[in-house]
Amino acid sequence: MASPQPRIGVVSYPGSQDDRDALWALAALDAEAVPVWHDEPELPDLDAVVLPGGFSYGDYLRCGAIARFSPATAATCEFAAAGGLVLGICNGFQVLCEAGLLPGILLRNESLRFVCRDVELTVERDDLPFTARCRPAQRLVIPVKHGDGRYLPPPGLDPRQVVLRYVDNPNGSVDDVAGVCNEAGNVMGLMPHPEHAVDPLLGSDDGAFLLASLVDAARDRVLAAA
Amino acid sequence: MKATVLVRPKPGILDPQGEAVESALGHLGFSVADARVGKVIDLEVEAADAAEARTQVERMCEQLLANPLIESYEVEIGG
Repeated sequence: MASPQPRIGVVSYPGSQDDRDALWALAALDAEAVPVWHDEPELPDLDAVVLPGGFSYGDYLRCGAIARFSPATAATCEFAAAGGLVLGICNGFQVLCEAGLLPGILLRNESLRFVCRDVELTVERDDLPFTARCRPAQRLVIPVKHGDGRYLPPPGLDPRQVVLRYVDNPNGSVDDVAGVCNEAGNVMGLMPHPEHAVDPLLGSDDGAFLLASLVDAARDRVLAAA
Repeated sequence: MKATVLVRPKPGILDPQGEAVESALGHLGFSVADARVGKVIDLEVEAADAAEARTQVERMCEQLLANPLIESYEVEIGG
């Protein structure tokens, strides 16, 4: 029997920009990529959810603060509470922080400048559904593009929730944090864009280490349920 | 009833916008320190009296207008 294609949803908010790239990247990594509109109060039948990058609702008030109230975000919170796999990229990371699914908040870059370039990352956790394809302490090259990426953890954050760190901090994030997970390890957010780095033609395919890990984990869930 | 919310970065939170403003004021010849940039949100609230309006606006602050990790808020009613 051919291995099943897991269904991974990508939520499009008004102002999302990287939803189509995320759909493309997931399909390239052999998932069935499912577009989800922000207005849908219930998610379709999915094995994982991705909240993509962009400027949802114009990033008004604070990044991610308004998207948190959209019906699809509420449905994603329920999905995560039931143990579902959720990955937030850039603006999606900001939404997950504002929604309380991930600890901390993302603030204006220390430089006050938008940064758009490849950055090097160190993998701190290789035991998560999002990183299982990575080697311990592996270095990944993945692009960032954001104006509000300075991560501020809440007091007393468990260091085991730090998944990725910048080698050369581009935004002033506390302790060079580039990506974090929740305590249970089924929700992760990161500022770099793995969906822009799944083909060597784009300069790096290191993003596939993360997204293919997610596809593997989602596929395992399909097999476990069968 | 009119309400005004002042949202400020909490003490100790790095505020690069405030630093940029402070530096620009320095270039203009003003001697300033500790510039911090926040937000003002003006609202028209439906409420029976000022106390009810204040309760409502404080709930708005807790749920949306301020993020307690980084921001403090003050509510003014009427005026």
